[in-house]
Amino acid sequence: MSEEVIKAEGLTKIFNHNLTAVDHVNFSVKHGEVFGFLGPNGAGKTTTINMLITILKPTEGKASVLGFDIAKQDSDVRNVIGVVPQEYTADEDLTGLENILLCADMYGIPRKTAKERAEDLLKLVELTDFKDKRVQTFSGGMRRRLELACGLINRPKILFLDEPTLGLDVQTRTATWSYIRTLKKEYGMTLFMTTHYLEEADNLCDRIAIIDHGKIIVVGAPEDLKRSLGGDVITLGIKEDVDVTELVRKVEHVKDVKKEDGTYRIKAEEGEVTAPLIIEALRKKGYTVTKLSLTEPTLNEVYLEFTGRSLRDAEESREAFASQRITMMRARR
Amino acid sequence: MSELNEHRAGKLHGIWALTNRELKKWYKAPVIFTLSIIQPILWMGLLGKAMNIGAIFSSGSLDKLMSNLVLTPPLTSTQTQQLGVFFQGLQTSIMQNTFNTTDYFSFMAVGMIAFTALFTTAFSGMSVVWDRRLGFLNKALSTPVSRGVIVFSKVLSATLRSMFQAGIIIVIALAFGLQFGASFSPLFILGVFAILFLICVGLSSMFIAITIRSTRIETPMAVMNLITLPLMFASNAFFPTNIMPSWLQTVAQVNPMTYTTDALRQFLINSTTDFAQVARDFAYVGIFAVVVATIGIVLSWRYLSK
Repeated sequence: MSEEVIKAEGLTKIFNHNLTAVDHVNFSVKHGEVFGFLGPNGAGKTTTINMLITILKPTEGKASVLGFDIAKQDSDVRNVIGVVPQEYTADEDLTGLENILLCADMYGIPRKTAKERAEDLLKLVELTDFKDKRVQTFSGGMRRRLELACGLINRPKILFLDEPTLGLDVQTRTATWSYIRTLKKEYGMTLFMTTHYLEEADNLCDRIAIIDHGKIIVVGAPEDLKRSLGGDVITLGIKEDVDVTELVRKVEHVKDVKKEDGTYRIKAEEGEVTAPLIIEALRKKGYTVTKLSLTEPTLNEVYLEFTGRSLRDAEESREAFASQRITMMRARR
Repeated sequence: MSELNEHRAGKLHGIWALTNRELKKWYKAPVIFTLSIIQPILWMGLLGKAMNIGAIFSSGSLDKLMSNLVLTPPLTSTQTQQLGVFFQGLQTSIMQNTFNTTDYFSFMAVGMIAFTALFTTAFSGMSVVWDRRLGFLNKALSTPVSRGVIVFSKVLSATLRSMFQAGIIIVIALAFGLQFGASFSPLFILGVFAILFLICVGLSSMFIAITIRSTRIETPMAVMNLITLPLMFASNAFFPTNIMPSWLQTVAQVNPMTYTTDALRQFLINSTTDFAQVARDFAYVGIFAVVVATIGIVLSWRYLSK
């Protein structure tokens, strides 16, 4: 049994007495794992992280980080954690190196040690060549990497990452993932991250918690969650504008049928056996199958199963959000 | 990387780093730095030389008066001369009694020092809002740096900037013709900066305390507009309080700007320095600074994080 480094019990945050952002969540994070919060915008992920990193006070409930109470021993918590926030928080008027040293000063790290660590971290995030350039001139990916370096300056035991790949291109995202894996593998660091990305959660996290409307719906390893769906998913579309849910449900091996925007999501134990049976049943009634695909369950199926919604809508709004933020950044210059 | 962060610093760590961060934005940006030097020159030229009250009593206005004056018998040239000397004396006496110096420019220039302190510190509230909006504040809050230090570094950077600008004002004023009072001694310059330090700490704490919760940049701007001009004109910065209406005098008497300007004048331009009054000025401004800075820091504990 691994040591629990983060433990939340009934953690709740209510804004302005009526907006419940986080609603009595319970979870624990084990030493050395990558733990992910997966959910759409406004699900309460950032609010949870902000409570754990002690910049928001919980309305109810409690949580501890490395044994320190987040409400009562907040400065002890701050001392042992690193934070990579969602926004680009580096000071644009300072250079990359100056930003890292500023962070070091905020942790009270002596200048000599700080300089050594800064060089190492710049190397880790591949920014050594740009350390004397002002952050203003950095691209989004470089800024994100600089944030990562700042978050590591105090050699934290736990690193909190809020949407670490928000608005990044595929290349930079992959690079970020590799840094995260390095931190976990080589330094034995515990990582707590939030994400909208199903594939990010799938690839990176040892365990995930799906959170929606401030509540944790399910916690587990991505593999276990997928397995828990028990079977394959068949997606089906027909030409005729009629509801065949009941008909399909009667087919052998079919466990569940859901209709969504004119297509049917069918869960079945053995997809490759069931699919022909479904086609057969439909043909007998004279319906024409226009689309049929068979997939093993992905995290999206898991998400859909537990929240009743697809995360795709959330992803679209996320992209819009990211581009809006980039516009804002430009406007500021 | 697995060992704990071994550097547990004192309660005040990070204060210089955070202060210097703000100052760097100023002294490392040539345009902003140059503007901050040009601005006092402009103000000094406009307010100091355009509003030249001393010139009202100049010989020009006397000549006009004399030419309109028809007396029988006409004045002898000796009498005209005597009258001229009388008016000259009247001017000096009015200026001396009203402004405590015969030179309005010197009077005004000292007011200008206080004015600069007020206007430079007034912007300190904005940087809190910027840091909140840009996320830097959240990052600072997630580090072990104390909340009080975050706020006080802003106070300190605004203070250092204002003091630098005030120093420039003094140099420019000297170039424009500021005359030191009879009792001036170079040591008094230290006194000047001491009182400026106190008022700047007080004022910037006040502006920060007022805007500490706001998330919109408009709020500190509105506050600035609302507060700065009354603070300036309901004080003795540009005009002595004893010729103001009594209600305004009452306001001026509680206004810390009045005490600051008074101390500055005592040091720089008054013919005799009243040290009892200077001590009173220091006490008043000092208490103002300590009280407001304390309020600012207490509020920062409560309101920097929600």
